[in-house]
Amino acid sequence: MNNHNIALPEGSIERQTTTLNVGPTHPATHGVFQNIMELDGERIVSTEQTVGYIHRAFEKLAERRPLYQVTPLTDRLNYCSSPINNMGWHLTCEKLLGVATPKRVDYLRIIIMELARISDHLICNSIVGVDTGAYTGFLYVMQSRELIYEIYEEVCGSRLTTNIGRIGGFERNFTNTAFTKLEKFLKEYPKVLAEFEGLFTRNRIFMERTIGGGAISAERALNYGFTGPNLRAAGVDYDVRIHSPYSSYEDFKFDVPVGKTGDNYDRYLVRNQEMWQSLSIIEQAYQKVQQFKGADAEVYHADVPEYYLPKKEDVYTKMEALIWHFKIIMGEIDMPKGEVYQSVEGGNGELGFYLISDGGRTPFRLHFRRPCFIYYQAYPELITGGMLSDAIVTMSSLNLIAGELDA
Amino acid sequence: MGLTNQYIQEKLVEKFADQVCNFEDTYGMLCFEAPKEQNLKILQYLFDEPTLNFQFLTDLCGVNFPDDKGRELAVVYHLHNLKENIRIRFKVFTSIDQTDVFTASKLYSSANWMERETYDFYGINFVGHANLKRILNVDEMDYFPLRKEYPLEDQTRIDKDDEMFGRG
Repeated sequence: MNNHNIALPEGSIERQTTTLNVGPTHPATHGVFQNIMELDGERIVSTEQTVGYIHRAFEKLAERRPLYQVTPLTDRLNYCSSPINNMGWHLTCEKLLGVATPKRVDYLRIIIMELARISDHLICNSIVGVDTGAYTGFLYVMQSRELIYEIYEEVCGSRLTTNIGRIGGFERNFTNTAFTKLEKFLKEYPKVLAEFEGLFTRNRIFMERTIGGGAISAERALNYGFTGPNLRAAGVDYDVRIHSPYSSYEDFKFDVPVGKTGDNYDRYLVRNQEMWQSLSIIEQAYQKVQQFKGADAEVYHADVPEYYLPKKEDVYTKMEALIWHFKIIMGEIDMPKGEVYQSVEGGNGELGFYLISDGGRTPFRLHFRRPCFIYYQAYPELITGGMLSDAIVTMSSLNLIAGELDA
Repeated sequence: MGLTNQYIQEKLVEKFADQVCNFEDTYGMLCFEAPKEQNLKILQYLFDEPTLNFQFLTDLCGVNFPDDKGRELAVVYHLHNLKENIRIRFKVFTSIDQTDVFTASKLYSSANWMERETYDFYGINFVGHANLKRILNVDEMDYFPLRKEYPLEDQTRIDKDDEMFGRG
């Protein structure tokens, strides 16, 4: 970029602009993002973004993978809330295959998805805190995230890239330990969140740093394809969970918090409010799950032998089960032909899966609608004219996840 | 919730007659196609017509159908009317030798990068785009990797000497 000495704003005391290269690896960019900024003193005159540093061609890879082998790819999109991605992918498959899931499965999924949303928002909001100079909140909420990860671990065996669930349900029923851990979380977490809010929400420094920074109007946000908390902070109450309910979200009562100005502070407030709502959804879902008694309480997957792996002990002892296990793992079962778009409310916006099947064993085309790829375009518009230090806060408050952006 | 798929179809046929075709209902979503020269007119009409009001571009991506001669590449738009909460899918097809399609980035700011991505992977030339260059791949790349003519590496190949990953 060779536009030194580009027209400086009226009243500038500088004689020429300075080019500053922020990123791709820099402590202030949480993820691999590069911005080549033209600065007038500390004010940003223009910026040029470069993305794609961790592009891994997921869409190409998915074209050779049977359905179950695509799930680990979705883990690596928004890795702060991978269970939501996994569930979104399984819901897409279920839509294509016409699989109906039992209510108990839906409620268990909602518990996991809302836990994931909490862990996602916790990271984002506490990182905004770090970038405004307050490290305490970040370290403090890690304890709660750890509790959430322990619940994942209990359900699926892994923590960050979870690969959780199967087509039609879960790989195993929730154990008593999982529920005990969930209860512990429900008991301890509200206090932590309240204290976290106490640290930030009315904190003078935090407010001065975030109010007015990175603001966007509702109209521009819609035109830029914003979704999720970022759109809601601008005052549009669009939420996939309400607009196109999936996994029985219609059975739950919750509010959709909205902001007004679409600035960093409103985004922070919206996320915090959403965490309270998620908590209430988890409580409702847990109550509903407890109402299943006897044989109903053992249901954790739909009855779809063509797509749901048989029990391990059967695989080792019965020929039929072994055959099915092999067929499912190797993707020997053809999918029906069709075109499906399924979206879920991810941690940072509408995560969509556009799947075209030509009747083969792998997707003919799979496109991920990655929310942060779409709204990161607005970043120059959000920060131009502002201070460099506010641009850093804006970047973290947009909840950009490089893995998702670059797919 | 007055808006239905049938009404959208009627409005489109009324305005564009036989230019819009292949209406189908895929899992509840109305899907249709049009000649690529018409794409902007149709998007603009869907955007402006007060009873349709499709002002949110959810997704834009490319697809490659190598066997469909003259219509090898498709651009797929997913549009959403947020007020009535109804989604539609709109496709235009283009031949692989002449990949010009008008850009929607003037209408939707969000189309900017999505079109760059589509160009990057499928080589669709969005006419009128202000900055049509590669976005996720390296600038030096001289092919469009998501086209079906570029298969992934054969998983069973044995001619590679790769001690670290256990091949050969």
